[in-house]
Amino acid sequence: MVVVGLALVVLVWEAYKSWGPASGVSVFGTTVLPRTTDAAMPHLSTVARAFTAPEVGGAITFGPTRTVLDSVVSAASHTLGWAAAGFVIGVIVGMLLALVMDRLEVVERAVLPYVVLSQTVPLIALAPLVTKWGQGWSVGGLSWQTWMSVAVIAAYLAFFPVAVGMVRGLKAPTAVHLDYFRCSAAGWWRTLVRLKLPSSVPYLVPSLRLAAAGAVVGTIVAEISTGLDGGIGRLIITYAQQATGDPSRTYAAVAGAAVLGLVAAVLVSLADVALWRFHRAGEAR
Amino acid sequence: MTEVRSRTTTTPAAVLVRGVTQTFTARRGSVTALQAVDLTVAPGEFVSLIGPSGCGKSTLLRIVADLLQPTSGTVEVGGKSARQARLDQDYGIAFQQAGLLDWRTVRANIELPLELHGVDRARRRARAGELLELVGLADFAGHRPPQLSGGMQQRVAIARALAESPGLLLMDEPFGALDEMTREHMQTELVRISGETGAAVVFVTHSIPEAVFLSHRVVVMSPRPGRIAEVVPVSLGERDESTREAPAFYATITQVREALRGRPVPAVEGLVADLEGGQGGQGGQGGQGGQGALGARGAL
Repeated sequence: MVVVGLALVVLVWEAYKSWGPASGVSVFGTTVLPRTTDAAMPHLSTVARAFTAPEVGGAITFGPTRTVLDSVVSAASHTLGWAAAGFVIGVIVGMLLALVMDRLEVVERAVLPYVVLSQTVPLIALAPLVTKWGQGWSVGGLSWQTWMSVAVIAAYLAFFPVAVGMVRGLKAPTAVHLDYFRCSAAGWWRTLVRLKLPSSVPYLVPSLRLAAAGAVVGTIVAEISTGLDGGIGRLIITYAQQATGDPSRTYAAVAGAAVLGLVAAVLVSLADVALWRFHRAGEAR
Repeated sequence: MTEVRSRTTTTPAAVLVRGVTQTFTARRGSVTALQAVDLTVAPGEFVSLIGPSGCGKSTLLRIVADLLQPTSGTVEVGGKSARQARLDQDYGIAFQQAGLLDWRTVRANIELPLELHGVDRARRRARAGELLELVGLADFAGHRPPQLSGGMQQRVAIARALAESPGLLLMDEPFGALDEMTREHMQTELVRISGETGAAVVFVTHSIPEAVFLSHRVVVMSPRPGRIAEVVPVSLGERDESTREAPAFYATITQVREALRGRPVPAVEGLVADLEGGQGGQGGQGGQGGQGALGARGAL
């Protein structure tokens, strides 16, 4: 199905490029579909070829020639690393928040509205603030790095679905289950580990997927707004600035970012598979 | 019966409820769910609580289980406070919904209480094996609850309740959601299991025949405020399928039904009518007995 979907995208792209008007489609002066010139919409084969082209613009290269593919892969892996750091921080923070909110209803009523509110703060506005807070902050020999700001911003997007999903999940056990655990003299911790956490898995897994996507988007945006070099977000901007003559390269970087998102989704799916028995228990094996 | 009662002198009662009153405070005034309830259950005795909705029978069970603290009065379970008995796992409990953990196998569900109390793996496994045999689910040890029928799930819940070999089993309408055939089968099984384990049972039910078939004594409760209206002793001896056809069975059913309606125990004519009317609370129609059955059901 994934392949069919991809084929369909390629087909639509190329069909529009072949038969669409060169000046794009406008409705009342607003362009709704792009121009089909090579500068705006390169053939996908051109984009594919762009990967193998040597990278010449901008960076000074030594030794063997670096291709665009090399740059994209290297940049994407950097971004993935930062996003992963942000994801882990976000998931931990989100889970802890959910646990506290579940334990103390007062906290839930006090904090949950702000958790929701936190997501309405524009990320772009947040980036310089986080960077500023980080400056001069150091523990032992470890001083604040720009990538840490990026990870924090990614975490800021990632914690939200986890906190909200987990709070619901922790409340999923029925009254009968809770009564049973109380009758069994199970304390808070045992009830959490044996009942509440397993029950929350069906809510948690979709949350993790959203958090992974959020972490990747957050990282890319944060790279750009903090000016962190070496990631895919920065690469897209760099290529876009060089793109006057060659847009295929920008598309190559964008494709790299898309693949990165897919990799993140696949990694989370692995967690999903590992936890299958907690949320597919209802289905026949 | 008499044999069961004679044991009370040597060991503490399985359940001792003294002057228990439970008041719930709602937004509009308060509701008295139970008023001055006294109840003693001897070790090994099977006692059913029956009564219309809102008579406080489930509330009483929850108080014994220490899921609720009574407004006043005292509760002892096996000579200890209800709280201590809960912490020491002196009772097992089963509810109307089996309340199993769907992500665990049948065996792991039965092992759950042992796991919660730090029993080691080998002993857990051995005990679960015994219990699976006891409830007749040895072939389903590796299944997960959603793959089982309602009756089987309830049997798992009973096995789980028995895991710690408690001296007392508390059951809140455990067969309420089962079809009639499964229900009768489960009743027979429960009589056997409680006989084999020697555990006292407090059993909440809506069904008159169920209460009579299972119990040594049927405690009839009345609502607003919830209190014990009458205690009907049952002397049917050893239970088997023929018990369900026995005249004494119907006679006791009538007795319980009359107690539920708050009328004096009827004469022999009432019994004959009842025989024609079928199994009372199970939906008999026509005749005087059937009328009585409908009346009782209406009250439930």
